[in-house]
Amino acid sequence: MQTIQTDLNIEAIRSDFPILSEVVNGKPLVYFDNAATTQKPRAVLDALNGYYEHYNANIHRGIHHLAEKATSAFEASRRRIQEYINARQHEEIIFTYGTTDGINLVAQTYGRAFLKEGDEIIISTMEHHSNIVPWQMLCEEKGCILRVIPINDAGELLMDEYEKMLSERTKFVSVVHVSNSLGTINPVAEIIEKAHQVGARVLIDGAQATSHLHIDVQALDCDFFTFSLHKMYGPTGIGALYGKRELLEAMPPFRGGGEMIKEVTFERSTYNDLPYKFEAGTPNIADVVASKYALDYVASLGKDAIGTYEHDLLTYATDALQSIDGLRIIGTAREKISVVSFVIDGVHHQDTGVLLDQQGIAIRTGHHCTQPLMRRFGIPGTSRASFAVYNTTEEIDRLVQGLYKVKKMLG
Amino acid sequence: MTINERQDELIEDFELFDEWESKYEYIIDLGKQFPPLEEQYKTEENIIKGCQSKVWLHAYMQDNKLMFEADSDAIIVRGLVSMLVKVLSGHTPEEIAKSDLYFMERIGLHQHLAQTRSNGLASMLKQMKAYAIAYQAVNN
Ligand SMILES: Cc1ncc(COP(=O)(O)O)c(C=O)c1O
Repeated sequence: MQTIQTDLNIEAIRSDFPILSEVVNGKPLVYFDNAATTQKPRAVLDALNGYYEHYNANIHRGIHHLAEKATSAFEASRRRIQEYINARQHEEIIFTYGTTDGINLVAQTYGRAFLKEGDEIIISTMEHHSNIVPWQMLCEEKGCILRVIPINDAGELLMDEYEKMLSERTKFVSVVHVSNSLGTINPVAEIIEKAHQVGARVLIDGAQATSHLHIDVQALDCDFFTFSLHKMYGPTGIGALYGKRELLEAMPPFRGGGEMIKEVTFERSTYNDLPYKFEAGTPNIADVVASKYALDYVASLGKDAIGTYEHDLLTYATDALQSIDGLRIIGTAREKISVVSFVIDGVHHQDTGVLLDQQGIAIRTGHHCTQPLMRRFGIPGTSRASFAVYNTTEEIDRLVQGLYKVKKMLG
Repeated sequence: MTINERQDELIEDFELFDEWESKYEYIIDLGKQFPPLEEQYKTEENIIKGCQSKVWLHAYMQDNKLMFEADSDAIIVRGLVSMLVKVLSGHTPEEIAKSDLYFMERIGLHQHLAQTRSNGLASMLKQMKAYAIAYQAVNN
């Protein structure tokens, strides 16, 4: 068995995640469903508890001690996220429920206000349903046309086809930075630049990118960038939407209610400044506060070290899985994050998932909310193992042995 | 045999296995031996869509008994489906409608009937009961 050279102390990292010592079906848990959601380090769990135990209060309203402490912690998270993705201003960071919510916000505000009949919206074949359906809803309402960038058999976007699609009719491009089903890292900088040349706005679905890659929204020059904290060691129910200030200013609000207003009379209301204009109602304060600890945790390990280690895990897993007879990897792009999707001849992915679960190994099986992508590959679904910084080569060995057992039992 | 006698028989069969491997090998075997549903019945109407695997269910009346035939594209689900069919098929709609299925739980397979398993099995069971209630109404 070969191990990976890394400066990270993986054993120590593992001990930061209490859930990793769970026993499932009598075996130590192997958690390979990180693309769905990552586990949370103790620092995040403590922050959640600490908030409720010591300074739970509604924010931006009270003048008492707890309210001020909660408000400061909440706004500190916003600034931490701003820094993490290198946004110009903290007002450009809107808290949402997650990636899906951010895409819906843009489609329902920017889209409804600025797109009209006959305008074209470009997405890609490898989009998550959450970057398809909001645009379909908008197209249905406004009479816009949805166009889809095709991919090659490796799971890479056909950039020539994309360029041919662009015209003065193109008003919006919304693409995934990293595919959750294939692991492909898309050339988003180039996509954004080409779209801007025809005057289109661009949203990047960063759900799978933020925990693995450096994100610099100013360097990318994207108009919108959206992601979920739960996929990067943070709590569920929290996401962030970055938008360029001038666009956020021009967009109408999304939801109406408290917090997002300046003044309300029965005749009319005036709206609050950014970012509050888009944050109606009491937000998910505890989870926002704890999010900062997730980003601090990632920073304490070092993004580069994490990226290198995960890439080595990917290489190790790809080699090991390919040695299994009849196993085919779906998604063989040159640029990938640590996601391996595969199918096994004559084996239904659900059977694979059930039998691995019996061995304490958690992978994801199915279409991964990318049904059109599965159709493109002519398969109903895949088995997907996705790795995070706390995973090890020993665990990958257990997956491989587990798959041999699956094959034997089903053979 | 009554529905409960069939359930008890399955529970007894499974008592032989103390390892997960032998239990699942048995389910896989049941899946392999279960006769496939004729293609003409694998229609859109008969499909019970789970998130991950497809299940088809065909129901018809014969001598006042409600008969079920079924299939799935995943082998473990097929084995589980064969057990549901074995227990419920060939009884009167009344008996099926008021039946209480406890065997999955006793065998330790109840997680497969949970909604989260999204394998169509829970929906299939619901559909079997719905057929029974519908035929009961027709008979009365
Ligand atoms: C690429 C991609 N986009 C969007 C989403 C949706 O994220 P959320 O469910 O957190 O809103 C996911 C999560 O599965 C994803 O992987």
